Amino acid sequence: MDYLNTHLLSLILFAPAVAALIMFFLPGDAKLHRWFAFSASLIPFVLTLVLWSRFDANATGFQFEEKYVWYEAINSSFHIGVDGISFSMVLLTTLLTPLAILASFSVTDRIKPYMMLFLFLETGMLGVFLALDLLIFFVFWEIGLVPMYFLINQWGSANRNYASLKFMIYTMGGSLGLLLAVQMLGVLFGTFDLLVLYQNWNSLNPGDVLLGMSVSTVKSIAFWAFAIAFAVKVPIWPFHTWLPDAHTEAPTAGSMILAGVLLKLGAYGFIRLVLPLYPVEAKIFAGALAFLAVAAIVFGAFGSFGQTDFKRLVAYSSVNHMGFVVLGIAAAGLAAGTTEAHIAMSGAVLQMFNHGLSAAGMFFLVGAIYERTHTRNLEEFGGLFPLVPIYGGILIFTSMASLGLPGLNGFVSEFMIVRGSYLPLTVYTAISMLGLLFTGAYILKGIKKVLHGPMNEHWAHGEHKLTEINTREVLVMVPLMALMLFTGLWPRWILEIINKAVTALF
Amino acid sequence: MTFPILSVITFLPFAAGIFILMLPANRKNEARATALAAAVIDLLLSGWVYVQYLTQHMTGYQFVEKYAWLNIPPLNIALHFGVDGISAPLVLLTGIVMFTGVLISWGDDDPHVMAGIQDRPREFFAFLFLLAGGVFGVFVSLDLFMLFFFYEIAVFPMYLLIAIWGWVKTREYAAMKLTLYLFIGSVVALVGALAMYWTQYQNTGVLSFDMLEMENAGFSAAFQNTWFLPVFLGFAVLGGIWPFHNWSPDGHVAAPTAVSMFHAGVLMKLGAFAALRVGVMLLPEGAKHWSWLIMTFAGVAVVYGAYIAYVQTDLKYMIGFSSVSHMGLVMLGISTLNETGLLGAGVQMFSHGVMTALFFAVTGMIYDRSHTRMIPELGGIAKVMPFATIGFIVGGLVSMGMPGFSGFVAEFPIFMGVWGEQWLVAVICSISIVITAAYIMMNIRKVFFAPMPEKLEGHVGDITMLDKVAITTLCLFMIGIGVFPSMMVPMVESGVTYIMTLLGGA
Repeated sequence: MDYLNTHLLSLILFAPAVAALIMFFLPGDAKLHRWFAFSASLIPFVLTLVLWSRFDANATGFQFEEKYVWYEAINSSFHIGVDGISFSMVLLTTLLTPLAILASFSVTDRIKPYMMLFLFLETGMLGVFLALDLLIFFVFWEIGLVPMYFLINQWGSANRNYASLKFMIYTMGGSLGLLLAVQMLGVLFGTFDLLVLYQNWNSLNPGDVLLGMSVSTVKSIAFWAFAIAFAVKVPIWPFHTWLPDAHTEAPTAGSMILAGVLLKLGAYGFIRLVLPLYPVEAKIFAGALAFLAVAAIVFGAFGSFGQTDFKRLVAYSSVNHMGFVVLGIAAAGLAAGTTEAHIAMSGAVLQMFNHGLSAAGMFFLVGAIYERTHTRNLEEFGGLFPLVPIYGGILIFTSMASLGLPGLNGFVSEFMIVRGSYLPLTVYTAISMLGLLFTGAYILKGIKKVLHGPMNEHWAHGEHKLTEINTREVLVMVPLMALMLFTGLWPRWILEIINKAVTALF
Repeated sequence: MTFPILSVITFLPFAAGIFILMLPANRKNEARATALAAAVIDLLLSGWVYVQYLTQHMTGYQFVEKYAWLNIPPLNIALHFGVDGISAPLVLLTGIVMFTGVLISWGDDDPHVMAGIQDRPREFFAFLFLLAGGVFGVFVSLDLFMLFFFYEIAVFPMYLLIAIWGWVKTREYAAMKLTLYLFIGSVVALVGALAMYWTQYQNTGVLSFDMLEMENAGFSAAFQNTWFLPVFLGFAVLGGIWPFHNWSPDGHVAAPTAVSMFHAGVLMKLGAFAALRVGVMLLPEGAKHWSWLIMTFAGVAVVYGAYIAYVQTDLKYMIGFSSVSHMGLVMLGISTLNETGLLGAGVQMFSHGVMTALFFAVTGMIYDRSHTRMIPELGGIAKVMPFATIGFIVGGLVSMGMPGFSGFVAEFPIFMGVWGEQWLVAVICSISIVITAAYIMMNIRKVFFAPMPEKLEGHVGDITMLDKVAITTLCLFMIGIGVFPSMMVPMVESGVTYIMTLLGGA
């Protein structure tokens, strides 16, 4: 038991990677590989539940810390730990990965490498959420790109080559500034440990000269280097153009993880690195950040409304929803230390969690109908509700969660963000409401085009007859829907943990 | 008396080469088996030296042997061998490349395949081992004369290997170009060495080529400033430094697979190592005086090499120019003259050696079976050579500097070192990371995953078991060092510490 306590995080982190390695040598047929991957991905989930049961929500700072020698020469150690913010993200990741793998049971092409990539991807994502060393953070940040690239590139749809390379190059290009800034911090302080860097970096005298410039100039540049890397990942306007392509071309489960977790890495980077390392700059540039966020909210909503491709519509909705996260972060940066900041930031973290649930669900539902009809064109659907009543019900439920219907999860977090941002960033928050209006419009448009209106007879009879969603697919959606409802009714179960961590930090 | 392990490592290839030459010409398999046996012994011995150095936490020159060679008073040339933390990994690298080079040259004599070296393998292995012996000699020599001696021995067989077994279209041209470039470079360096020899005599009255004594010869600053450039650049030609890199891609392309592996994997390190050992370590003041120029050259090589690699359509040219770019990083690390930069350069020499050997090995396997290296004419290789594909992808990730692989462990400190000296260069050179990622990912997709052209359909088979062993060996080193940097970094660090004392700082 003691061993479990001291190594819990590394077990969660490396269990998927080890499972993937075992899988490499695992003979047998597709069925075995599927079930092996699924069972393996349940291990980190169960361990996360163990982590939850032992997690002390009232303690400030990081828990379950582990620190091992890694790259001694440049003084980077393998330092991981968890607090309320990262815990919610770990829970989201370990929950969504088994569901994504379950969703992939319909994949028939090269199952083994496919499942291995998913497991490696899980380790990559968890590493980012757990890292307490800047270099380790960067290591996992970059390494998660590789499995995702190959998932899109190998199992994606028609335009996958373009989309996967764009995804890769955008993210790597965006991370260049981060890489350089990380190197600069390493050279300046001789350590990459975040807890030390928080102290040292902030105790620099703003008037001192660094690299031939004043400290405040250097910090401003470094702030944007960090911010752009994360902005590309979130993504906020105008760095978002990789997202619709990547999401649309990725296989269903890939889109689920991409929208459900990968986008959160960017927002998490803002929360874990940008705000604590650059409190002053975050205040100065909060307006600029909020501007970009609001642009993402509004343009994302308009973009989504204009789509005729169902998956692209959902993809743009991610831009829209993640814009609220960044708006909350910007407000928290501006009003640091006040209640407003705590509300906005808690809302932002909860929104990350909620969007993870609803976006994963939406992409799964789009994938489910695509598998049956081989089209995503909204014009070719219509009036399908009578044919697939259960699917229709689930789709409406999930869409409403995404829309922010009170009683479901999206409402709670978006309300908190708007409530927290209203005083610090009144104008921007007001404009963002325009986006919220169009959120309703595009969600309803999606539902209308698919489920309502005159029925497209093509899907009603013969070989094209649309079949109902099957048990496995329902099983993927049940946990997601249960959580959406539960969080909507009683958000406290997760919000308390988040809120305590946020209050302690900001 | 202790076991003269370095002499055995160095002279075993010569002995094996002569023995192989004495075998009857038609005994191809016996020649191969002898070569493999010798290579295995050398790999084990060099591995033993490496492990001893690492686990015993040795510093300075170890396993030292000294025998009088030309002991006539005015000459005082000794066979003085020893390894330090910089050269021990390179000795191991040579062992690895020798072993894998023999494995992949064994080939497949199925008349439909005819992969590997089927034409006069006896002579081929003899010359290859002459080359290997020369390379080992340079890495272990502590006597400047001996260093030159082995240096020339290593260069000369390249001419024959390329001109006889090379690619029919360009082999004479490339062999000639390569040899002339390298001889001119080494002659220039030799003049510098003689100048050092006589100046040492004037300063101290000692007539010796021993490099450990030359370190204390008290060369004046003016002398060092004059002679540093000829000595450093003379050797650096072999390291492929811009603007003297031109011979290198031509040589790579024309050379048979195992020779390309040696050439890029080891021979280019010979240049960088000798430039460091003789140029920087014997003329430290000169190095400080000229470091800005070396940094400029290296910076150009890094970015320009990557751009040129990006536009290549011949797979081997692409790798050739990517080598220029990566060796530019080694030179960049050396030019920083600080601890992190030199550390990175040391690791990068090993990392790049293993990586590029793997690249050329896989390219050779593809070429032997498809008879083309033109990227547009290739495709779908992943289906027929899955194992080689994984190998190439791992190599590609190393090349991109992806964290978790040896390339990152090497490149990160190089960039940190550059930050410490001139941050602008680090910013400019970081562009190469994205370019490298782009061309590696694009070409992996085109060669391995695009649909296979009809011309190749049915003609391309899988690689042999020996090929797989070679690929696995190379991959293990790249991943091992990437995940556990302490497998290599501490010993390189000890070598760097010594260089730092010579440089008179830190």
